[in-house]
Amino acid sequence: MESEQLYHRGYSRNSYNSIASASSDEELLDGAGVVMDFHTTEDDNLLDGDASSPGSHYAMSNGGGAPSSSTHLLDFLEEPIPGVGTYDDFHTIDWVREKCKDRERHRKINSKKKESAWEFTKSLYDAWSGWLVVTLTGLASGALAGLIDIAADWMNDLKEGVCLSAMWFNHEQCCWTSNETTFAERDKCPQWKSWAELILGQAEVSRRGMYIYWALSFAFLAVCLVKVFAPYACGSGIPEIKTILSGFIIRGYLGKWTLMIKTVTLVLAVASGLSLGKEGPLVHVACCCGNIFSYLFPKYSKNEAKKREVLSAASAAGVSVAFGAPIGGVLFSLEEVSYYFPLKTLWRSFFAALVAAFVLRSINPFGNSRLVLFYVEYHTPWYLFELIPFILLGVFGGLWGAFFIRANIAWCRRRKSTRFGKYPVLEVILVAAITAVVAFPNPYTRQNTSELIKELFTDCGPLESSQLCQYRSQMNGSKAFTDNPNRPAGPGVYAAMWQLCLALIFKIIMTIFTFGLKVPSGLFIPSMAIGAIAGRIVGIAVEQLAYYHHDWFLFKEWCEVGADCITPGLYAMVGAAACLGGVTRMTVSLVVIVFELTGGLEYIVPLMAAVMTSKWVGDAFGREGIYEAHIRLNGYPFLDAKEEFTHTTLAREVMRPRRCDPPLAVLTQDDLSVEDLQGVINETSYNGFPVIVSKESQRLVGFALRRDITIAIENARRKQEGIMLNSRVYFTQHAPTLPADSPRPLKLRSILDMSPFTVTDHTPMEIVVDIFRKLGLRQCLVTHNGRLLGIITKKDILRHMAQMANQDPESIMFN
Amino acid sequence: MQGVFLLRTFVFVCVLLLSEVTAKNSEDIRCKCICPPYREIEGQIYKQNVSLKDCNCLHVVEPMPVDGKDVEAYCLRCECKYEERSSGTIKVTIIIYLSILGLLLLYMVYLTLLEPILKRRLFGHSQLIQSDDDVGDQQPFANAHNVLSRSHSRPNMLNKVEHAQQRWRRQVQEQRKSVFDRHVVLS
Repeated sequence: MESEQLYHRGYSRNSYNSIASASSDEELLDGAGVVMDFHTTEDDNLLDGDASSPGSHYAMSNGGGAPSSSTHLLDFLEEPIPGVGTYDDFHTIDWVREKCKDRERHRKINSKKKESAWEFTKSLYDAWSGWLVVTLTGLASGALAGLIDIAADWMNDLKEGVCLSAMWFNHEQCCWTSNETTFAERDKCPQWKSWAELILGQAEVSRRGMYIYWALSFAFLAVCLVKVFAPYACGSGIPEIKTILSGFIIRGYLGKWTLMIKTVTLVLAVASGLSLGKEGPLVHVACCCGNIFSYLFPKYSKNEAKKREVLSAASAAGVSVAFGAPIGGVLFSLEEVSYYFPLKTLWRSFFAALVAAFVLRSINPFGNSRLVLFYVEYHTPWYLFELIPFILLGVFGGLWGAFFIRANIAWCRRRKSTRFGKYPVLEVILVAAITAVVAFPNPYTRQNTSELIKELFTDCGPLESSQLCQYRSQMNGSKAFTDNPNRPAGPGVYAAMWQLCLALIFKIIMTIFTFGLKVPSGLFIPSMAIGAIAGRIVGIAVEQLAYYHHDWFLFKEWCEVGADCITPGLYAMVGAAACLGGVTRMTVSLVVIVFELTGGLEYIVPLMAAVMTSKWVGDAFGREGIYEAHIRLNGYPFLDAKEEFTHTTLAREVMRPRRCDPPLAVLTQDDLSVEDLQGVINETSYNGFPVIVSKESQRLVGFALRRDITIAIENARRKQEGIMLNSRVYFTQHAPTLPADSPRPLKLRSILDMSPFTVTDHTPMEIVVDIFRKLGLRQCLVTHNGRLLGIITKKDILRHMAQMANQDPESIMFN
Repeated sequence: MQGVFLLRTFVFVCVLLLSEVTAKNSEDIRCKCICPPYREIEGQIYKQNVSLKDCNCLHVVEPMPVDGKDVEAYCLRCECKYEERSSGTIKVTIIIYLSILGLLLLYMVYLTLLEPILKRRLFGHSQLIQSDDDVGDQQPFANAHNVLSRSHSRPNMLNKVEHAQQRWRRQVQEQRKSVFDRHVVLS
């Protein structure tokens, strides 16, 4: 297995406690519970055999430039080896090393700042490059979101018909200036021709036929484009982005082709009528923009940790344009997506969300009618007894969330492991066909899901004429207007309720099979639709209950006869928030997003109550939200900051090598030849090797990574003369004494990490897991009485946690 | 290389089309008044191209369905909203989107159908296709550094484009293997 070798660090209890206290203050800020703070106060121990100056921080690897300690004078003359310090695909980054590199770079620039005006400008540029990247990301995200919105709206209506006077208008825009629209049929106009009218023949069959044809062709195009050009563009993207932000590398996931294909196929997928949304993929699109722009600035392109700051800000911009909710976007980035979230990232995310929202607003071609996505115009108060149905909606949301997560994960697991997964194109076409055929008869499923949500959120007033608002009015001579709230439901409302029930069942079932298809698919809008439908049904039920039983104690207290009492639209809002919370287990960010979506500031308390209830109910069935569940399904090495490790195991029970394993593969500091070194590398598959003084003493010198060693040997072979297979390799400062005729020795000190982290074998695993989480380690060495004993890697920790939770430890795939 | 060229043409086309967006269309503003049913009169929707200051019931609702003294009562129930849109933006966006989609479809057809036929005709046997598969099959998670360092770069422009395209196709093939065949990423 891929166990790695450990570093000695002489971790004493005192020094750990100082870390713990330093970071606990920052935890007040952080919702995720972890803040990356590298102002560690413990001292470096003096390493054996080397007179390094105390107080030098992680006097690390190659490429940092002028080292802070003055003892490594000769290293000044060595140039950095190109390629050292980069990472392989599907590997975890070393946060400590990256942060070190960044601090070195910053120190170098600052020290040169006073030399000349040019250096000063360079330092200014360096300081401001962060804001520049974030601005560019916000601009690009806003522009792309505008394009996606307009194109998706147009293509959605293409299933229905075309606008003959201007082909690029969708139905609503086509009839914008027409005077033929009536109060009852707000969409009628002569310029819009449905396919039934254009194609001569039976109207009903051709309508349905064209609808299904368009839906299938869009879905087919989407999955073909994804398969041919960018397979990483499928799915939601948020689980992978969470993993990337925690320190994993997936090359190509945030690249140019993925961006382009995701944008194009998202429109096609939404237009094909599948039960999915755009929000998750928009976060992926925004992160792609952030990644691409960060390559323009060496500060971010060369440092993986800094790049992840930009990605956190980009995901905030993504949610901001998806919903028109900038503050909700920042909180979403904090709560759901980011792993480390220091204050600087908070400001950058804020700024990115702001710029993106601004750009989207200025592009917005639909005018004032679309400023807030689901704007609610009512401000009626809610009553205390209504908390009971709100809490019931929260329970429904939690139950549905738990059910959905289980069902979806089971289906995805089946897709991964059995023959079902061999035919992705066929699967997409099948799901699209079933969706189109079943959704067509019901007007609530045929229409665009966002429009459905908007209709459900809107309360029935005198200006509404939809079927849902056809109450029986008390028509006497003077009061002919249907302004009387709390009316008995007319036949239109009952018919609408039946259709809504069917729509609810349909959506619940289809979303399970749709989320995870090989097209870009989001989860927010379908969950909100399910919750809105459930909420509206409950709201109408309570409204009718209040009307027919207005003499019950509850209603008599608060509701006067003939006065406006129950607002079913509010129930729809609360239901939507509860369902979304049940699936994703978001709390604060969800409430902020919903009230930014609706503008309903009076309704914060019911929203919070429902979201809290749904989270509690959902957590009773399983602690993970949908994204964490998908991370676990794929086996990504994600160490969740929200989980607590409560078992009493010790470090020596988790470390490798175990009793039956081969002994630890170590390198000695000046004993090896190039041939031996290459032999060790070729025979084992470990990612790194500890370097010890000698086999007898087993005292630790440092840690060297496999990739760095390979690159350094290749580089030396090419650039330096006289390096042969039996040249001595040394990691010390000065070459060992060699006989006169031996070939030139190879110095590999520059790639050695001189300050690895170590724990003793009696350290409780709780502390080890905490260290890994807080510092972002990849591996940690285990010592016993000062001598190197073994190594613990992140993969070992994840496997151990899975074992403790009675899950399959072999499902952790990556390291 | 190819990407930069495409980006430049894209920006150029954008600038051309943007000139159309900025032209203000008089048809792009309207005042929409929704009037609910009143007594015997049915609900109606009225639209007119007036500016913001004239957007109220008295200017827009023509012909007024009620007589003098009921006009105020009728107008109180009506809700008038001023709306603006940008039809130029919509047109430009749809055209851009459809052209990108069209280009991608053409490229996809070329890659999947035409290129193997052309290659077979030019080289007689499917040797090149074999080498593509082999490279991908060796390592499960392609070490990009190792894979890329094997290729030799020649200063010729066409060769650079060809080389970049080959590299891209190898990457996509790796991705396809991870996602569709082995199902290790993106369930």
